[in-house]
Amino acid sequence: MKRIVSLIGALLFVTVSSIGAASADKLTYYCSAEEDWCQLMARSFEDATGIDVNMTRKSSGETFAQIRAESSNPKGDVWWGGTGDPHLQAAEEDLTEVYVSPMRDQLHPWAISQAESADNKTIGIYSGALGYGYNTDLLAANNLPEPACWKDLLKPEYKGHVQMANPNSSGTAYTTLASMVQLFGEDEGFEFMKALHKNINQYTKSGSAPIKAAGRGESTIGIVFMHDAVKQAVNGFPIKVVAPCEGTGYEIGSMSIIKGARNLEEAKKFYDWALSAEAQNLALQVNSFQIMSNVDAMSSDSAPDMSMIKLIDYDFLKYGSSAERKRLLQKWDEEVSTLPQ
Amino acid sequence: MKEISIHPVLVFWLAIGWIGFIVLPWYGIEDGFFGLEWLLDGYPFELDYAPAAFLIAAGEKLWLAPLIVALVAPLLVLNRRKTEATYSRVLIASGGLGFAWLIAQGFGIGIRGYSTDWLVFLLGELGDRQFGMGYGGLLVASSFLFMLTQGIAARGAVNGDVFVVGTIGGIVAIVTIFVFFPITKMLSSAFSSDSGYSVLEFASKMFDDRLWGLACLSGGRCGAALNSLFLAILIGTLTTLLGLTFALVVTRTGFRHKRLLRALTVLPIITPPFVIGLALILLFGLSGSITVFLADVFGTQPTRWLYGLPGIAIAQTLAYTPIAFLVLIGVVEGVSPSMEEAAQTLRASRWHTFRTVSLPLMRPGLANAFLLGFIESMADFGNPLVLGGNFDVLSTEIFFAIVGAQYDQGRAAVLAMILLFFTLSAFYAQRKFVGRKSYTTISGKGDAGIHPLIPAGLAIPVLVIAAIWALFTAVVYGMIVYGSFVELWGVNNTVTFKHYVTAFSVRLEDSGIRWSGAAWDSFWTTIKIAIIAAPLTAIVGLITAYLLTRQSFPGKNSFEFGTMLSFAIPGTVIGVSYILAFNVPPIEITGTGVILVVSFVFRNMPVGVRAGIASMSQIDRSLDESSLTLGANSWQTFRRVILPLLRPAILAALVFSFVRAMTAISAVIFLVSAEYDMATSYIIGRVENNDYGLAIAYSTTLIVVMLTAVGIFQLLVGQVRIGRRTEFAPAG
Repeated sequence: MKRIVSLIGALLFVTVSSIGAASADKLTYYCSAEEDWCQLMARSFEDATGIDVNMTRKSSGETFAQIRAESSNPKGDVWWGGTGDPHLQAAEEDLTEVYVSPMRDQLHPWAISQAESADNKTIGIYSGALGYGYNTDLLAANNLPEPACWKDLLKPEYKGHVQMANPNSSGTAYTTLASMVQLFGEDEGFEFMKALHKNINQYTKSGSAPIKAAGRGESTIGIVFMHDAVKQAVNGFPIKVVAPCEGTGYEIGSMSIIKGARNLEEAKKFYDWALSAEAQNLALQVNSFQIMSNVDAMSSDSAPDMSMIKLIDYDFLKYGSSAERKRLLQKWDEEVSTLPQ
Repeated sequence: MKEISIHPVLVFWLAIGWIGFIVLPWYGIEDGFFGLEWLLDGYPFELDYAPAAFLIAAGEKLWLAPLIVALVAPLLVLNRRKTEATYSRVLIASGGLGFAWLIAQGFGIGIRGYSTDWLVFLLGELGDRQFGMGYGGLLVASSFLFMLTQGIAARGAVNGDVFVVGTIGGIVAIVTIFVFFPITKMLSSAFSSDSGYSVLEFASKMFDDRLWGLACLSGGRCGAALNSLFLAILIGTLTTLLGLTFALVVTRTGFRHKRLLRALTVLPIITPPFVIGLALILLFGLSGSITVFLADVFGTQPTRWLYGLPGIAIAQTLAYTPIAFLVLIGVVEGVSPSMEEAAQTLRASRWHTFRTVSLPLMRPGLANAFLLGFIESMADFGNPLVLGGNFDVLSTEIFFAIVGAQYDQGRAAVLAMILLFFTLSAFYAQRKFVGRKSYTTISGKGDAGIHPLIPAGLAIPVLVIAAIWALFTAVVYGMIVYGSFVELWGVNNTVTFKHYVTAFSVRLEDSGIRWSGAAWDSFWTTIKIAIIAAPLTAIVGLITAYLLTRQSFPGKNSFEFGTMLSFAIPGTVIGVSYILAFNVPPIEITGTGVILVVSFVFRNMPVGVRAGIASMSQIDRSLDESSLTLGANSWQTFRRVILPLLRPAILAALVFSFVRAMTAISAVIFLVSAEYDMATSYIIGRVENNDYGLAIAYSTTLIVVMLTAVGIFQLLVGQVRIGRRTEFAPAG
């Protein structure tokens, strides 16, 4: 009884004080996209709503780790950006909150199917296809042919010229692995990874590092998401983007509300706002070339044209699950990474 | 009235305890205590902000009620004399039991009620929960602690000295909380798996091929643990040799540009991590300036040789040689010229003297320098991240075990254990090696001799190596500054201020200055944290040094080991263990600025301790004894006599911890949060983003800021006199 009375008292206080101090509304925002995009989203949301935003940018793996570590005492409210797998994993582990946004009818079907596969605990905000980019100067300097397909990368003349991330530490590289398995079948997919291993000069820790190295001329070819490659090209690096001829896998950048969020109302406001065309158009200002999930969002001329890319029917539910991920990574560790180069 | 004022210290700590209990909010406040918003938001009745007394009165959190007894009991003995047995008994009982209860309830009741299964089993579901303790809890805890130490002092421990017993108690408590507790927590998580604790799981992680594999002998890749060990030994050796070279150049040759050399050696210490790595890539990478130049001239095929062991080794040698140099210069100067003169009088050649007299006397310094290089290399995170290639080392593996797609805290803990094992073994080996031989050469007697020059056969190679190294450092730093002013390194070399503008632009608006640059947030946070952490580090370090050199008490050896332990623990390990230990009640400080300050204080404290011990052993005990004889107590003696003589040590501790707070990355990367982002973690974000220009511009700015800060510290603390020997010269 006493508890109920004090609870009501506390609720009254909260209501009274929130009316009294509306400016004290705040939101802790975990962002897993590129820094400048994160900054812009945070500032624009502050301008649009007057809610104070506390933003941390960490990669999706780091953020997922943090949310999991904090699960008994969540500090964050909303998690925006980064490849969809960790979001799905978070949903699977019940770290994120169910929310059905009123903005749904404005979204592409792939964004909604992402939500449905995770019991509405996450939603798609952008998508990007996997591919690779190469440094045109270095390719010419080394007299190498221009690659156009995945299998081209296996040619012996590219030995020591290809870079990709380590699937153990990078979501991008895991998507590559899972895409190859789905594209060629598991056995042939692993044969592909083994043959590719011979040409790899370094498995980087972070997903977009290979194309950055290629941009700076520290490596020739980088396997990454195409929008990352486009960004390097737009930034002035001599990069050419390739959409592999066999078809390719893709990611859906996602957004989730963290379970037990301390500012749930603000998190929902952000969620709805982030799905609006207006918020999604911000991507162009910071040279992010993903396809946005709102059908009315503008796309850049430099963006890879999704209609020209052969996309495989990527099974996010299966390949995003912890069990399958663990199995594939272990297999990669044992059968591929230990091979001599 | 007079009777109460007999125990002013006790009254003080009791008052603190009561303030903590009935005035300050008991639990931590989410929006921050110093925002003071809670004062207007229903305090003291609102349960989130209520002091413990109000909580109990409202019938909430009743497990705090027993604390009242422990706070009331001491009031009853205020008019007793210190010598009475009741006085000390009551204080020990209420302080000890109060403290113990505070800890027990903190760990027993967490965010989901009882925090262990057996408590639920014994007492049933609690139906209530609590968050981390706040300032109320902190004050009450310290009150209990110092009540306990006063009780112990009253029983006659350490001659009944309240100040000494209190500081020992305080330091033991904080070292336990912030060093031993997190490390224990981490070690226990190494054994945990999805289903409880498992030795099998631990063993499979421990003896993983990715750690101990020897495939590199046959063309494959070796395990990360072996790589780390090999790299650390290599770096320890290289930096010690180079450091010795420079120390000899500065002290024992006719080399004229000593100041320049000294300045060059300071630079890497105040350089944010991996900036050196970046500069190396820009110089020697596949498309680096020098690589391309050489390829053009000689028609060679550029390679990626830099990525991997060679790159990391070069970067770490550049970065850590100055540390070895600073350690060794003191030692090389400290070798008394009288010994060397004696040898030469006995007709030993210069070379023979150097080899058989000078060098052996430098042994402790060499061992120290090696140990520092070894530990720094083990703990280094930035350079392997940038230059590592396929050469995996433990520190980066730990990081990616926690943040990577594999997310395996258990594995991170196992890796951290191995790292800790390596560094502690090195620590132990160093102590063994130095042994119990006497290396004392400075005695009370005057030794006004002049160091002999080293033999020419040694001087020439030493000078050549020093010159090459100095030139190399100059080139690397020249590139760093240049890199911060070009549009896009290697692609578009137009000179621009763009990066500085993006990072540090300022707009004047009606409402005042608006810090619109992208770097300002992390910049101010870094400065703030560094300014708070530096004096705290100095205070804790010097008090510890005072206890170690001037007092004797039971358990002094383990006390010393405990305070030095955090030095041997790599930052990555500290970062991981702090996350594990301080994200849950009772001490819930992740995501705050406090955890950053705490991590800096305990990471850097050993340097303060060492500096303090070194200076204090130079101050004759007769000074404190005369002060004590004249009726001062130990606190007054410490403040009035010893402290003023400790200026060099204070300065060293201040400078070191300030600089470290601005350049450390390994622990910080785990502890930063939305509100408290640090410069180094911001820079690493920019590097990950291929935005080298901004990263380098920011680093350059930090270097300038640190140089300024070091200057300001010198002014504040006062003139530091190093050359004591000249003072004694007339007498000798």
